[in-house]
Amino acid sequence: MPEVRVTVNGEQYSAEVEPRLLLSDFLRHRISLTGTHVGCEHGICGACTVLLNGEPVRSCLMFAAQADGANLQTIEGLAGTEGKLHPVQQAFHEAHGMQCGFCTPGFVMSVVALLESNPEASDEELMDALSGNLCRCTGYANIVEAAKLARAGMR
Amino acid sequence: MKPARFDYHAPERLDEVLELLADDEHDVRVIAGGQSLVPMMNFRLAVPEVLVDLRRVEGLHQVEIDAGGALEVGAAVTQARVLRDARIKDGWPLLHEGISHIGHPQIRSRGTVCGCLAHHDPHGELPALAVALDAELVVAGPHGRRTIPAEDFFASYYEVALEPGELLVAARFPALAPHTGWGFAEITRRRGDFALVGVACILPPGGEPRLAFFGVGDTPVLVTDPTAISESVAPLDDLHASAQYRREAAVTLGEMVVAQARERSGA
Repeated sequence: MPEVRVTVNGEQYSAEVEPRLLLSDFLRHRISLTGTHVGCEHGICGACTVLLNGEPVRSCLMFAAQADGANLQTIEGLAGTEGKLHPVQQAFHEAHGMQCGFCTPGFVMSVVALLESNPEASDEELMDALSGNLCRCTGYANIVEAAKLARAGMR
Repeated sequence: MKPARFDYHAPERLDEVLELLADDEHDVRVIAGGQSLVPMMNFRLAVPEVLVDLRRVEGLHQVEIDAGGALEVGAAVTQARVLRDARIKDGWPLLHEGISHIGHPQIRSRGTVCGCLAHHDPHGELPALAVALDAELVVAGPHGRRTIPAEDFFASYYEVALEPGELLVAARFPALAPHTGWGFAEITRRRGDFALVGVACILPPGGEPRLAFFGVGDTPVLVTDPTAISESVAPLDDLHASAQYRREAAVTLGEMVVAQARERSGA
């Protein structure tokens, strides 16, 4: 079985994995980071978005074995010590950028990916970054507000 | 759902990849970004017995401009990497613009240029971009290397001119002459959806426009006479749009991109 060695939120993990194990399932079931949510499992909903070497990816559309050597960041890695929220989390909290909350980790990671690489993102770029995530409660208006608030806070 | 079991290989050399592909007793598939293959595997629409991952293979990660000015994009190069490359934005702005319309950021982070070409969904942007830009596709196989013009590469839905045992190793985009005009337009219901209709256009200085449509046939449709769009495209009715709508939209988008291209060429 392939061995996968990854850094997740600054911690190193190594494990033997079945080749068909999806990265999303590795995160949730093997290392118990259940903050990454799995919605559709075929690359439509974006709930499973994590950062792979700083880039947003759908963790249900890659195998854990393919992440060997990678540096991953999940929703659990955002808040600082003593529970201080990441500016994007804080903005989603303040703007109430959620309804049921299931899609929230994916939206937050997408916005983090954009703003950490491009803090001056335009509204157009913000919409492009959000377009890969679905909210089936349809709470999009506040999610867009939260993303704009996060941008203002990270500039 | 979860994919069925398979054997996984992540070799470091191209000859190892070709050796694995030469196995005609098992269903062997290549995986690069996996953004089309993994959803199909999760649905078990694709059930390969062996996956050969290109991520560690030497000589497939290049984004190079050769002495003749042609751009070569290796099989493991992601769409996001192409979008970040200022040389490509300056030298092949049509390629940059078209790729920015593929899926969502999460898809482009993993999805590769060559993977899209080898997969060949005729509703996708990249096959049409390759045809409009007169790209050449570099293929390695058991009998060595060969080069296939993009116009001859796309056979039908999800079918290309690769023979069993062959791998698309790079796409090569020729340099564009100064003052080459270009245009790009597509209609999607939501951002990131596959286009109902789209078109990429190149206008060489002093020449005729080269329009490559997508979503209107089983391959990209090349049109060099902008007055003959309606009779050149062969769209089908489906859930998303009628053939008639697609035909009319193709004409409108075609006129639009030719006008964009003329403006950008300064003609």
